[in-house]
Amino acid sequence: MLDLSKFNSLGEALRSALDTWPGEICLIEADRDRENARLTYRQFKELALPLARALIDAGFRPGSRAAILMTNQSKWLISAYAIFHGGGILVPLDYKLTPAEQLQLLAHSRAEFLIVEYHLWRAITQSPEFKKLAARIVLVTEAPAKADLAGAQRWESFSDAASGSPPPAIVPRRREDPACIVYSSGTGGRPKGCVLTHENYLEQCIALTALYPFWPGVRYFSILPTNHAIDFMVGFFGPFVCGAAVVHLRTLRPEFIREAFPRYRITYMTLVPAVLKSLERGLRQRFDELPKSKRRMLDALIAANRSLTRRRPRPKISRLLLPQVHKAFGGALLALFVGGAFTEPSTLQFFYDLGIPVGNGYGCTEAGTTITLNDFKPFRADTVGKPLPGLQVRIAQPGPDGIGEVAVRGKTVMSHYLDDPEMTAETIVDGWLLTGDLGRFDSSGHLQLFGRKKNMIVTEEGKNIYPEDIENTFDGIAVKEYCVFAANFLWPARTMVGEHLVLVLHPEPGQSISPELIADVAARNRRLLNYKRVSSYLAWDRDFPLTASMKIKRGELAGQIRQALAREAVVPL
Amino acid sequence: MTTLDKTTEQILQLAADHFQVPRASLQPGDDFFKKLGINSLQALDLLTRLEQHFRIELPDYELQGVSDFRTLAERIQSRL
Repeated sequence: MLDLSKFNSLGEALRSALDTWPGEICLIEADRDRENARLTYRQFKELALPLARALIDAGFRPGSRAAILMTNQSKWLISAYAIFHGGGILVPLDYKLTPAEQLQLLAHSRAEFLIVEYHLWRAITQSPEFKKLAARIVLVTEAPAKADLAGAQRWESFSDAASGSPPPAIVPRRREDPACIVYSSGTGGRPKGCVLTHENYLEQCIALTALYPFWPGVRYFSILPTNHAIDFMVGFFGPFVCGAAVVHLRTLRPEFIREAFPRYRITYMTLVPAVLKSLERGLRQRFDELPKSKRRMLDALIAANRSLTRRRPRPKISRLLLPQVHKAFGGALLALFVGGAFTEPSTLQFFYDLGIPVGNGYGCTEAGTTITLNDFKPFRADTVGKPLPGLQVRIAQPGPDGIGEVAVRGKTVMSHYLDDPEMTAETIVDGWLLTGDLGRFDSSGHLQLFGRKKNMIVTEEGKNIYPEDIENTFDGIAVKEYCVFAANFLWPARTMVGEHLVLVLHPEPGQSISPELIADVAARNRRLLNYKRVSSYLAWDRDFPLTASMKIKRGELAGQIRQALAREAVVPL
Repeated sequence: MTTLDKTTEQILQLAADHFQVPRASLQPGDDFFKKLGINSLQALDLLTRLEQHFRIELPDYELQGVSDFRTLAERIQSRL
C-alpha cells in the first residue's frame, strides 16, 4: 500500500493510487446479475479528471463544499475524487432520508454543488421545500433522455465541455483542513455535522490497514452506504490506496448479495447485524434441509474446524474442511466485518466455526468511525475488540463494576461539529471524545459494551435514532406537552438489544388520553420511516421541567419519570 | 388491464402466503412493517416475490419510504 504518512490530503493519496496501479481494476459496479461498469485505475482517472476540470471551470474553489446524494455506485467515487482533486470539502448525504431532511442538511452544510442520482433528485424537486435549495450547480446522474431536470445538468455530459482542456493540477490541502462534513444525526433541527479532517481519514486508514491490509487483487464488497464514514473508509479510500478493487451492487436484495460472493470472488465485506443475521438464517435453513447422515458429517466437520482454528483463523484448512460453504462465499473470502449495532455472540461464533471470521467492531462518526475492532488473535465473540493502534480509549467515571462512559482521544477524532461550538464543547472535553456509550475493558484489553448513557437508540440495521430528530412529527397533537425518550434512557438497562422509543404525553388538566388522540399519534407515527417509529406511549400528569428558553430539561424529566413510574407503565402503540 | 384494486388484492395474498399469516388479517392501508413484524431486509424479500409474480423489475428505491400495501401496489401498477 501507499505510505500514507507522506501525504497531506485524501486527494493527494488517491491521485498517487491512480498513478501507481493504472492497470489494476479499482471498481466493479453490478446491478443484480448484470455488470454495469468495470474500471481500472487508469480509466477511473480518465473519467474523474475532466469532471474536476469542469467543476473548477464552473467556479469550484479550494474549500468549496459539494454534496453527494447517491446510492453506492461508481459515479459516487468518481465524483468524490474530483471534489478532493479540486481541494473541496465533500458532504456525503444519506440517500435514505426524506427529501425534506436532505434539503435541511444541504442548507445547513451550505454546499454550493450537489451531485445526485436522478430518482433522488426527482423526489427532491417534488418536495414542497424544493424552493429552499441553495446549491448553485446540480449534477444529476442517469437521468432519462427526456426528463425535466428542473434546472440541473446531466452528470454524464457536464464534463464534455472540459474534455479538450488540460487536466487541472491537484489543489494542495493541509492535514488539518476539513475533508468531509458527515451528518451523524440532527434532521429534527439541530444537525450534527461532524467535520472530519484529512488527517482524521489518513490516520484511521493507517490504523485499520495495520490490522487488515488490502492489496491489488483484493475485492471489497461495498454494501453499507458510502455516505457513512465507515464505508467511505473501507469501501473507497482504504482499498484505493492499496490498489484493491471495490465491488458495488445496486440492490441490497439478499439473493443478489449471495450471488455476488462467488461471481466476484469477494475478499472482505462489512455489514450490519441485520444482514449478517439474514445470511445466518439462510445457511441454517440449508443445513436443516440436509439428509440426516450428511448433516451429521457437516456437524463433525464444523467441530473439527472449530478445534483447528481455536488460536487463529486458518482459511486454507477451513476451505478444505467445508468446501461447499466456502464455495457459496466465493472461495476467496478472508473475513467479514460487522458494526453499527449489537451483534449476538452466537451469530459471530456460528460464522467463525464455519471458517468465516467476522470482525466485530465499534465506533462512531465523531471518532472517525472505528474505535475498537477484533483482531482474531484469538477470536472473541463477546467483545467489540481492542482499541485501534494509535487511539487512546478509556472508561470515564467507572462505577464499582468498572462500567463507565467510553471516551476516545487520538488523531482520528473529528475536528468539531459544524457551526455548533456548544455541542462540540459538550462532546469533546479536554481532548477526549465522550461517546455516550457505556463499556468496560476486560483483563485482556478487550472492550465490552453494556448500553448507553445518551438518549438515543440503535436499530439492528445500524441506524442511530435520536428522539429530537423525530419529535416534530407529533407537533400539534392535542396535549399540553410531549417528549420522546429512548426507553433505556428513562430506565437505564445494561443491554444493547431491544431498544425502542417512548412518547411521553402530558394532557391538559382534566383531559384524558382519548382513543382519538392515540389514533392521531399512531397516524403521525406511520409518517416516519419504519425504523424511526415510536413503539409505545406513557401518560404523565405533571408539568415538564423547562429551561429559561422554554426547552424541556430532558435529563430532569427522565429522572422524575424514572422515580414515579416503572417500565411496565408504557402502553404499546 | 389489471386494476389497482386487483393488483392490491394480489399483493395482499402474496404477502399473506410469504409471511404465513391469514389473508383476512391484512388490509390495503396496513403498515406492512408493523403488521407483519418485519424489517426492511425482509420487505426486500417480499419485493422479490412480487417481482416474480408480476414479471417486472422493481429497483430497491421504489420501496423507499413505502410502508403500506396500497402505495406499494401503486408503485407496482405504474410498471405493469
